[in-house]
Amino acid sequence: MGVAITTGPLLVLAVVMPVIGVLAMLAMPWLGIRRPATVVLGVVAGGIAIATAIIIDLLRSREAIVYVLGGWAPPLGLQFRADGLSGVMMAMATLVIAAIALYARPHFDAAEDATGGRRAFAFWSLLLGLWSALNLVFLGQDLFNLFVALELLTFAAVPLVCLDGRAETIEAALRYLVFALVGSALYLLGTALLYGQYGTLDIAALHGLTAANLATHAALALMIGGLMAKAALFPLHLWLPPAHAGAPAPASAVLSALVVKAPFFIILRLWFDVLPATSHAAAAQVLAALGAVAILLCSLVALRQQRLKLMIAYSTVAQIGYLFLMFILIEPGGAPSTTIGWTGGMLQLISHAFAKAAMFLAAGLIAEALGHDRIADLAGAGRAVPVSVFAFGLAGLSLMGLPPSGGFIAKLLLLNAAVLSGAWWIILVISLGGMLAAAYVARVLKRAMAAPARAIETRPVARISEWSALGLALGAVALGFVPLQPLGMLAIGRAALP
Amino acid sequence: MSGTLIFGLAACGLVGCGLYGAFAHAAPVRRVLSFNLLGAGVFLLFGVAARRGAAAGLPGDPVPQALVITGIVVAFAATALALTLLRRLAAIRAAERSVGGLRDEPKGR
Repeated sequence: MGVAITTGPLLVLAVVMPVIGVLAMLAMPWLGIRRPATVVLGVVAGGIAIATAIIIDLLRSREAIVYVLGGWAPPLGLQFRADGLSGVMMAMATLVIAAIALYARPHFDAAEDATGGRRAFAFWSLLLGLWSALNLVFLGQDLFNLFVALELLTFAAVPLVCLDGRAETIEAALRYLVFALVGSALYLLGTALLYGQYGTLDIAALHGLTAANLATHAALALMIGGLMAKAALFPLHLWLPPAHAGAPAPASAVLSALVVKAPFFIILRLWFDVLPATSHAAAAQVLAALGAVAILLCSLVALRQQRLKLMIAYSTVAQIGYLFLMFILIEPGGAPSTTIGWTGGMLQLISHAFAKAAMFLAAGLIAEALGHDRIADLAGAGRAVPVSVFAFGLAGLSLMGLPPSGGFIAKLLLLNAAVLSGAWWIILVISLGGMLAAAYVARVLKRAMAAPARAIETRPVARISEWSALGLALGAVALGFVPLQPLGMLAIGRAALP
Repeated sequence: MSGTLIFGLAACGLVGCGLYGAFAHAAPVRRVLSFNLLGAGVFLLFGVAARRGAAAGLPGDPVPQALVITGIVVAFAATALALTLLRRLAAIRAAERSVGGLRDEPKGR
């Protein structure tokens, strides 16, 4: 317990630090700071320090960090808990947000009273709010607390979609909001059912309590269904492509890389920590089948897109599909966190976050340089913004699952898990999905590398933006060097769940 | 028929109406209203849980009531956000129509 007492407050700080940043942005006129980006970069540096400290502590103590808020123990009070999984997710979110902040700095650098200043202020405050909500999702232990975190996430993500204020982006934001709100209402309905039955909402307490009866299954089905709408699993993905394609590039990157992962993370918690460990094979089949359809269908749709950003958005829906294959690849009971299916799924999540963020950022720069994002007219992009096109290609490598990249290791682990559990059709789906991804990435690269038919006019882009996109892509590739076995880090604190 | 059963059934009815409205109506204002109906049903269900899960001798369990209050605040914020977006959209559409002159065809609804 000695360890928990010393590092526990860091968990609170991880959630509160971005909020302090927003408050500092409001107080900027009195602090003598003119640009919100300055404040945000300071907060990002602090966030990196916090995430590093948490990871180091997890690795050293090999057990979860627990902090009881205000000394009020559950079930009445709340507690934060960072196990290996939360730690990895926090570190991933921190790195992606840091790269996006570096990328966005030249784009949203207006002082508050200059033209575009209001937009810049909105972007940075929403980014920080989103970060705080993400950390709350990763650390929260109480189902209602997680509901509030999800709503905070939605309220930060929706305005990001319509940041440029065009009518079609506002429509996309409204559609996203309706899906997200119905999803969270269903989640809350399930929470009410669980509370009515067990009288507690603390995940650790529910873990030992839940029985396999109709009410529990109905509650969890409602909650997972609602979260599926938020995570954009086929066929509830209809809101995602227009919303993610219409947002400004850094906003798209954070939406596709991080925001859809938070509801998936809660589904994982519900599935493995709350659902009683008997007889949910049928539900796993349904989720895996939906994931498989998402991979195949949305990859095909991505292949047919005319606009680069829409193509990347459909690719997000397809890649989310891989995550839902996990449920069939991990046998119920036992310790899921020590299986290769678990490691493969989490690695897919993390490498997709890096690759997709890199891809959206690179696409934003390509569009900025050429003035449009029509795939048919991309010729010349390779010469105008070579670093961005290279980053796009590297990120594509991870999406396709080619070595050496994080996507390759993730898909290899998922394939191994599929062989072990005898689900042959999953092997087929993963292989076909990889080929389709190769097709849509290659289609873009081929156009981008071609020489333009006539001289085109290109605008210069900020160098720091190009390098941060490349950094994220290199991160996705670097994940390809993790060993091909269950990762000890992901299992820290998972087995100790009471 | 006990009180909790009646309230429970009423909650189910509200949730059903809300879900139907959210899926069946294309008009955004109706969807927002349906979401509120759905939310009201969920909050009522929390109230039922408070009655059923009450500790011996107490008239009700205070925890669901605290949850409902928070939930109402969140739902209010969500409604405000949705309506602000709708107003903005309507303003843009009106401006487009006045510029477009004759091209006066409200999309869909």
